[in-house]
Amino acid sequence: MGASQSGPVYMFQDLAQKTGFSIEQIKNLHNRFMYLTQDEDTLRRKHLENISNLALNPIRRQIIEAFFDKRNMGEKGKGCLQEIGFEEFVTVLSFFRPPKPRTADEDMKNIKKEKLRFLFNMHDTDNDGIITLDEYRRVVEELLSSYETIGAETAKAISDAAMLEVASVTVGQMGPDEFYEGITFEQFMQILKDVEIETKMNIHFWNLDTRTMQCGK
Amino acid sequence: MKKRMKMLLLLGFCCGMVFGDQNRSDPHDQRVFPVLSINYDYVQMPFEVSLWILLASLMKLGFHLLPVLSGVVPESCLLIVVGLLVGGLIRVMGKNPPVLDSQLFFLCLLPPIILDAGYFLPIRPFTENAGTILTFAVLGTLWNVFFMGAVLYGACRLEAGRLASVDLLSCLLFGSIVSAVDPVAVLAVFEEIHINELLHILVFGESLLNDAVTVVLYHLFEEFAHAGEVTVGDVFLGVVCFFVVALGGVLVGGVYGVLAAFTSRFTSHTRVIEPLFVFLYSYMAYLSAEVFHLSGIMALIACGVVMRPYVEANISHKSYTTIKYFLKMWSSVSETLIFIFLGVSTVAGPHAWNWTFVSITIVLCLLSRVLGVVGLTYIINKYRMVKLSGKDQFIVAYGGLRGAIAFSLAFLLSSDDFPMKDMFLTAIITVIFFTVFVQGMTIRPLVDLLAVKKRKQSKCSINEEIHTQFLEHLLAGIEGVCGHYGHHHWRHKLNRFNKRYIKRCLIGGERSQEPQLISFYNKMELKQALMLLESNSSANLSAGVTAAIPRQRSRKTLNISKEREEEIRKILRGNLQKTRQRLCSYSRHTLKPDAEDDDWSETRLRKQRVEMERRWVQKSPHCNPLNCNIYCQCHLSIKSSRSFCWVSAPFSQMSHFLTVPALPESPPARRARVESV
Repeated sequence: MGASQSGPVYMFQDLAQKTGFSIEQIKNLHNRFMYLTQDEDTLRRKHLENISNLALNPIRRQIIEAFFDKRNMGEKGKGCLQEIGFEEFVTVLSFFRPPKPRTADEDMKNIKKEKLRFLFNMHDTDNDGIITLDEYRRVVEELLSSYETIGAETAKAISDAAMLEVASVTVGQMGPDEFYEGITFEQFMQILKDVEIETKMNIHFWNLDTRTMQCGK
Repeated sequence: MKKRMKMLLLLGFCCGMVFGDQNRSDPHDQRVFPVLSINYDYVQMPFEVSLWILLASLMKLGFHLLPVLSGVVPESCLLIVVGLLVGGLIRVMGKNPPVLDSQLFFLCLLPPIILDAGYFLPIRPFTENAGTILTFAVLGTLWNVFFMGAVLYGACRLEAGRLASVDLLSCLLFGSIVSAVDPVAVLAVFEEIHINELLHILVFGESLLNDAVTVVLYHLFEEFAHAGEVTVGDVFLGVVCFFVVALGGVLVGGVYGVLAAFTSRFTSHTRVIEPLFVFLYSYMAYLSAEVFHLSGIMALIACGVVMRPYVEANISHKSYTTIKYFLKMWSSVSETLIFIFLGVSTVAGPHAWNWTFVSITIVLCLLSRVLGVVGLTYIINKYRMVKLSGKDQFIVAYGGLRGAIAFSLAFLLSSDDFPMKDMFLTAIITVIFFTVFVQGMTIRPLVDLLAVKKRKQSKCSINEEIHTQFLEHLLAGIEGVCGHYGHHHWRHKLNRFNKRYIKRCLIGGERSQEPQLISFYNKMELKQALMLLESNSSANLSAGVTAAIPRQRSRKTLNISKEREEEIRKILRGNLQKTRQRLCSYSRHTLKPDAEDDDWSETRLRKQRVEMERRWVQKSPHCNPLNCNIYCQCHLSIKSSRSFCWVSAPFSQMSHFLTVPALPESPPARRARVESV
């Protein structure tokens, strides 16, 4: 689908309109896509795993999964794909586009919600709409995985304390017979409302051709 | 009563002896033995210094007792007014009021403020906006200097009369003195308006970094005025000098910072003098930079920034508190003294008022600042991710306050090279008054009027910390996928380098391997535990103990838990009776309330664990409920101020704290057993 060389310009324009990137940025990303897939049509997990920069990242598995997650593609589907085309690639990357300078407050709120939804999907690996204690624990463990000396108990303790904090902030007092299931998306938004996601979760997409400035594979 | 009389007599006699000793000049003189005599010269200097500091502190006290006044007028204005009053008082008494001595200012009053600012500089926003800050500091100041100098020169030429003697060089020098945004004034005003972090760091960072530019230009123009001739080579040397001054200052500060961090690695046995090392090394950095005419402010900032992460990992909690409070205290006193002295110097100093010059100066200051900010922002916004809006630009422009540094620099000018020094001084004082009074007072209502974002009261939340770290890694990863070196990529590399090499040298013991998340978490737990222990309710005990549970480390961190063990023991001894009774009455699930039963068997604990397992998440059979539940119940019990009886579980451990002597081995062993499900 995304590989038809016959009408790239129109496809780029469509994508630009859909995702908000400019034409130059889309062209750049297309070049990068071709480079990553070594001129194949679709991107597979192993292409992303080959990036040396990503190898030292403690959460690389989750990042790679995020590219193949159907929930991030804007459809209502769940589950993951095995390979993605250029359109899905750009769609995922559009979550990291900085908001345009004169965005209205309403739009900013929507953008923030979308970015938080992306983060939520990254944590909620079993697609049930809640981040359970187990999933959260795995997140903390992965964050600390680059430090070999830390035992699993510390990660457990930290994730437990974090869950407790979410529970106490969002649910308040619990009766003695209730149990706390996990973090829902609304609660997730609530605890992270002070972290200015819409300004922090952005990277720079250059307008110039970055092929010459690329940092290796 | 008799005893008291005797004491008084003895005291009086001793005083007499002490005072009498002073006048030992004439042993042959047959005069009456002086019981009481006065020798003021002996103590004059320290006495007067202490008196000034006492006056400053009392003033500070007074302002906060008048909430009406302190809400409207910023403290700096009030202090200047006090200074004016004091100066007037001294003048009325016939003596000459003291002027703000430049050496005193630069060597004693300025360093504490800058060190306080540098040590507690929020690094993340600073590095994220470093490009913008540098642009404002360097290019903005240069623009201000040359614009002001040129236009002033033109105006002086046009005006003729007394101003005809002012040449271009003097105008440029004046421009360089007056253009620099002053960190003391900015801090004093911005502290009270609680503006959002971005704007605060932009204006404040600019005020710190423009010191290098000011120093270079000042010395440059002074040298040129002395020499009388300027060649192209001299200008080129000036540019080189700027880089030397700025980078040299940072280098000197960095070296001293590393030394301080290295020294703090070995202070585990002499905790009492830890703060002293921090202060001394920083002050030495400042003085060393001043020796070579490098930028002392940048040296101080660099020293504080470099040494802080390593020193904080090495020193004890009490030393950290000491450092924080001493720095705040000194900087507060310094700031007060500076503003009071500004007021006094205004009354004292020789003035040469010239309407044209002064009014043009004020207008030009505002104009050049606004033009500079707007112009530079237009260029900067092309490279920024989060653009600066018009409101932001206005605040940045309006927040460019001038202060005592300008005054002191002008005071240092020699009257031979600059015959119009008095006129300069008057103009500078007027500009300072204008910016501090007018801009300082109106900025708060303007901020409210324009609805500028205020600083968020951030309670440290472990969730936010986890997600901030997660975001960092995520963004670095996405940058890797997109294939370009970005901000996050470099920060990642720096962190890795830091972890692998530097931390190993500079942080003693095991802490060098500790990731940031863990130390943040530990700090939070410690804070929480101490907070709860202070508030002295029965829920304290459990929270305090459970906070100690997840420490899986050996001796190094047991230091902390030992201190808390003492506190826990004290409280337990006091409250034990109460707790036991409360446990009996509230509990539904208490296993037998025999806290004095020393040996909890393993079976009992396991039974309890099963009980708790039922109540945590049923879905995930893997999770360790004991740990969670203790936190859960205790934490929630604090919120709801009912005491749940799950307290009994950790209570078993507390009984061990009580009965078993403080062997370093036993608490971890106990903890390990409980946690290993």
